Amino acid sequence: MLTEEDHRLLKLIAEDCRLTPLDLSVQTGLTAEYIEKRIADWEKEKVIVDYQPMINWARTGKELVSALIEVRVLPQRGYGFDKIAKRLQKFPEIKALFLMSGGYDLSLLIEGKTMQDVALFVAEKLAPLEHVQSTATHFVLRRYKQDGVELLGEEETIQQRLVVSP
Amino acid sequence: MNSYLASHVANLPPSGIRKFFDLVATMKDVISLGVGEPDFVTPWTVRESGIFSLEQGQTMYTSNAGLIELREELSHHLTKTLGLSYDPAKEILITSGASEAVDLVMRAVLEPGDVVLVPDPSYVSYAPCAILAGASVCYIPTHAKENFRLRVEDINQVYTPKAKLLVLSYPNNPTGAIMQREDLLPIAEFVEKHDLLVLADDIYSDLTYDGTHVSFASLPGMHDRTLFVSGFSKSYAMTGWRIGYVAGHADLIQGLTKIHQYTMLCAPITGQFAALEALRSASEEKNEMVTAYDRRRRLMVHGFRQMGLDCFEPLGAFYVFPDISKTNLSSEAFSEELLKEEKVAVVPGTAFGPSGEGYIRCSYAYSIEQLQEALKRIALFVERRLS
Repeated sequence: MLTEEDHRLLKLIAEDCRLTPLDLSVQTGLTAEYIEKRIADWEKEKVIVDYQPMINWARTGKELVSALIEVRVLPQRGYGFDKIAKRLQKFPEIKALFLMSGGYDLSLLIEGKTMQDVALFVAEKLAPLEHVQSTATHFVLRRYKQDGVELLGEEETIQQRLVVSP
Repeated sequence: MNSYLASHVANLPPSGIRKFFDLVATMKDVISLGVGEPDFVTPWTVRESGIFSLEQGQTMYTSNAGLIELREELSHHLTKTLGLSYDPAKEILITSGASEAVDLVMRAVLEPGDVVLVPDPSYVSYAPCAILAGASVCYIPTHAKENFRLRVEDINQVYTPKAKLLVLSYPNNPTGAIMQREDLLPIAEFVEKHDLLVLADDIYSDLTYDGTHVSFASLPGMHDRTLFVSGFSKSYAMTGWRIGYVAGHADLIQGLTKIHQYTMLCAPITGQFAALEALRSASEEKNEMVTAYDRRRRLMVHGFRQMGLDCFEPLGAFYVFPDISKTNLSSEAFSEELLKEEKVAVVPGTAFGPSGEGYIRCSYAYSIEQLQEALKRIALFVERRLS
């Protein structure tokens, strides 16, 4: 069971995983040894799964096309949707995969270099899979916000504060 | 044209902060830890609500006391968070920032000859407002060894029977000190015994990092003796909206409202709509900001102690108040030399009263990166002075 303190610590790490145990110790009042041990535990328990920077590829000039794909599948007796999900998550093109409520079953986020790449993946890999009944592909035109971060922030000009005030 | 100024205005000393502000304004690439306002922008839901009120054409005066919806919501909020009970119809007045509320209290209750008891150090406006209201001020020195808490024995040192009003401002600007229930109870007894009124400036009440804030007005018998002043600026990062309030006994609020109606008429309506939204739906954002301040607070105290300076642990507001006396510099000299040599702006403790000598006020309403850079520069400066 994670304590409230643990949750606070995890939140800090989630916000900035570059913080060292020493930084975290100064900013939380917990000891660096304790923090190091907790992080090691969480890595082992897969509470902390990975450390990744968030990159806005649109600003790098790298060609990247993303699409959200709605997929209807036939659930399998004894496995539900898990068996096909396990198969799908192995494809490196699929960056995120969700089981959905509502009008369709699985939602996939796909990334490729070109629209052609994505279209080929859907036509050749995804649609022909056993139990897949239908797919609907929606291309992403622009990313405005990702993982809680506003990517279109430069238009907001923040008035400078007075340099000294009471 | 100075001869035209009323003598009590002409004789009012300029703010110690203003002097420093002018100095900083002439320099480039300064990291300033001198700011007394949040670095966050008002939460979006609150801003959006202000924008919506404008789109709807809500651009008129409100009633003198402020929007009744806001006063009702505020009344619930004060009950829920601080255990206070105020009738929204008669006991709450919405003001243009807590600053106006402080001024109104002073003007409504003070007469020439009255004395106001002001903890020292504390926020810069109390003494000037008291003086402008014709009263005089007695400073009550507070000390780092007592965690800058106000004690009855300290009040007794300066007490005069002419005293009518006691200012309590905790969490305190500039020290970051807080007052727990057991610290406040003897003060309440003292107030009762000497028949005093209290101006409780609780503007930083949400920024408390150890337990929850206890409001003086919630102590037994203190509701009617207290004018409870607070606002939205610090808790919700809404300094520029200018929305504060004062709550207290209906007779007193009626008196304050008379001055308010002739001088301010009402607080800005857009700010009032925004404040209403802040109470209804921004508590999560507020808590996030408090968590962020808490991290920075620890970083600052650690940083100053690493330099070999004594630093009282502030448990409220967003300031640290390190003791710089080891450097053998006065607060002003320290601040000026630090600014010139390392380009870091801090505020001399003396800007907040004579007991601030030997201290500097550093705001931590800045990003961790800025604070780290500022600490690095201050450390270099302190190292040179200590060696």
